[in-house]
Amino acid sequence: MIPELGHFAIALACVIAAAQAVLSIWGAHRGDARLIAAAPALALGQFIAVGLSFLALVWSGVVSDFSVMNVAEYSSALTPLLYKITGTWGNHEGSILLWCLILSLCGATIAVFGRGLPSALRARVIGVLGAVSCGFLLFTLTASDPFNRIWPPPPDGQGVNPLLQDPGLAFHPPILYAGYVGFSIAFAFAVASLIEGRVDAAWGRWVRPWTLAAWCFLTCGIALGSWWSYYELGWGGYWFWDPVENASLLPWLTGTALLHSAIVVEKREALKIWSVLLAIITFSLSLSGTFLVRSGLLNSVHAFANDPTRGIFILALLGIVIGGSLLLFALRAPVLVPAGIFAPISREGALVLNNILLCAIAAVVLVGTMYPPFVQLLFGQQISVGKPFFDSTVIPLAAPVMAAMGLGPVLSWKRAALAPALIRLWWAALAALVVGLIAAHGLGAIPALGFGFALWMVLSAAAELVERGRLFRVPLSVSWARLRQLPRASYGAAIGHAGLGVTVAGMVGMSLAVHSIQLVKPGQTVALGGYRWMLVSLHDQPGPNWMGRVATLQVNDAASGRLVAIMHPGKRSFPLQQTTTTDVSIKTNGLRDLYVAMGDERGGGVVLRLHVNPLAPWIWFGALIMAIGGWLSLSDRRLRIGAPLRRVATARRGPVVPAE
Amino acid sequence: MTRKRRRLWVLVACGLGFGSATALTLSAFTSDIVFFMLPGDVLTKHPAPGRAFRLGGMVAEGTLKQTMVDGAPGAVFGVTDGHGHVVPAEYQGVLPDLFREGQGVVAMGAMTPDGDFRATEVLAKHSADYMPPEVEAALKKNHMWNPATGAPPPAAAWNGTGAKLAGG
Repeated sequence: MIPELGHFAIALACVIAAAQAVLSIWGAHRGDARLIAAAPALALGQFIAVGLSFLALVWSGVVSDFSVMNVAEYSSALTPLLYKITGTWGNHEGSILLWCLILSLCGATIAVFGRGLPSALRARVIGVLGAVSCGFLLFTLTASDPFNRIWPPPPDGQGVNPLLQDPGLAFHPPILYAGYVGFSIAFAFAVASLIEGRVDAAWGRWVRPWTLAAWCFLTCGIALGSWWSYYELGWGGYWFWDPVENASLLPWLTGTALLHSAIVVEKREALKIWSVLLAIITFSLSLSGTFLVRSGLLNSVHAFANDPTRGIFILALLGIVIGGSLLLFALRAPVLVPAGIFAPISREGALVLNNILLCAIAAVVLVGTMYPPFVQLLFGQQISVGKPFFDSTVIPLAAPVMAAMGLGPVLSWKRAALAPALIRLWWAALAALVVGLIAAHGLGAIPALGFGFALWMVLSAAAELVERGRLFRVPLSVSWARLRQLPRASYGAAIGHAGLGVTVAGMVGMSLAVHSIQLVKPGQTVALGGYRWMLVSLHDQPGPNWMGRVATLQVNDAASGRLVAIMHPGKRSFPLQQTTTTDVSIKTNGLRDLYVAMGDERGGGVVLRLHVNPLAPWIWFGALIMAIGGWLSLSDRRLRIGAPLRRVATARRGPVVPAE
Repeated sequence: MTRKRRRLWVLVACGLGFGSATALTLSAFTSDIVFFMLPGDVLTKHPAPGRAFRLGGMVAEGTLKQTMVDGAPGAVFGVTDGHGHVVPAEYQGVLPDLFREGQGVVAMGAMTPDGDFRATEVLAKHSADYMPPEVEAALKKNHMWNPATGAPPPAAAWNGTGAKLAGG
């Protein structure tokens, strides 16, 4: 009964979404006040309907209704409750429903929080979201129905994929999808403004917070996925340039570019057409990222969702959404009037440079990801493109981004001089240079450059705040007052830039990791990376739906003999799925990770893979800092989102803050 | 700064950015692309020693031997395409949990001067009945297996020259 209700709710949502698309856009076109006023209600209605169907699916999972195929295939009676719930989106059908849920949530947030928007624009934005939503709900209904029944129901389900039975991955899809789908709002604004034929500073002001929120989610989602692959797959790496990983990196790159170009639209009314195009591209990449991966065109370690039969529908849908929006762009972009003149050396100039380089990186990653499937399709030749390709193309393009990142924020708008900006940053540059030279002495050229740039990013972000507060030049109390009056967006930007510096430092540290694979018997000791690793014992450990085998290791400092850590790497075999997973043991002190993965047992001993990974935690810590910077920036803008009336009120109180 | 000058600057910057991106991509394509080969391709094309490629096929029955060099575990195994071509491979490290004789395998590595394949990475996949898509496509091309007709043929069917390799 409940699954049928869920299925009905999807159908209902699909119809509401169609109404939402047609009535809102047509109403806004005709200027019909009643239809325009109906748009938010329809968006909310669609969200409620999709939400109900999602709850119905979760309910079927929780009560283990194995007559629902989705539950029978990806859950079992023994699965812990948390994974009965999260297993809902750990498979193709469920994850598409989650995707639709978040898309309808985007429409609902515009309906609720978009009260300050001009009502016609809001109706158009909601209409565009409804159109996209309608397409994907139709796909859910026809090709990927999560409520398909099987009869007779099996006595027990096949269980969740053991690799996905992990808290890190349980929450990875919702956060990642919130990022992917969040860009739909920027996309809807772009398409709505193309229909309307008008983009102004207000457009930048509305689009930026939504983009920023999506960007924060995407940053967290990518970091969570990378962290999961680090500790769960047991391969000792954090990023494999896998097509699915690249698919999430692409919208992140163009989304970051959009975040910055929207600033230029907001402050200077320049780069308008470009920003609209970037919004369309970013959401197109998000769409392709989610669905192309699932169409079976790209194969990867995320093989859980490959199903070529759905490919045609998805490709057609992608063609309509992406092709349609680009066509609209080609037809309507000339209507938008460019404005705002600036010199090449200026804040705008730096942001343009940022955009060009980020898009160049995105293009390179896109080519590297798409080239192998196309070569296979056209020439029948199987090739692959891996880390060496991406290292030799992405790093040279990322270096100038990192160099310019410190400089950009201290340049003034419209026209700036390089020399004064450099003088303000002299100490950051000097420190980065010194660290780079010291690192070059011991570690080689590339790590030295990496550490130098990482420190440069952190210190130049700090230098910008010092400069804003006139710290050390005016009395401390005056500086304090100035810093307190700085908008949170300034702090957010500085923290975000510093966070990238921390992440880069972590990646460079990780490139210096050492590892060793050894067959060890209990009582034996292995020396690696300045530590002595001794295998103490091996024993069994039963779990709820798996059998475990655990090793106990004692790690001592090689020089002082001090006990550093006791580690318990293990293996789990899941009888139901006939699968074994590796349970990696990681001990961190913030500066380096000790990482042990357990292999096969052989002749009384066990194969251990030992890693010492310098600065590894910084990779994800930096991503968290970036996201915190984003949220901080967002909290500043909260009151200003499309609220012209309130802005007038604050303006009357007098400008207290120097222009950014 | 006129509008025209600005546009020129932006165009120059775009050209530089995307020009260097193209140059980097092309240069990386000449050196960093990894080809996929079946044992038969390896025996006819003789890839240069040291040039990285991916070797795919089935692990020949009776060829998998665990080895031990200076306390570091490794393995030797034969990779076959079912047409009697077998490439001997060696790997220093821990094989993935699902690595078995008679199953599909994809390994990254290069040939050594004496004609062995030295794997630097043996790709792991998530489930027991998983067939690497490259291997699946290659098998289909060689008319060894059509996935539409069911599970891959039993491991013994691949065994053409496995025993010889294990003996030698």
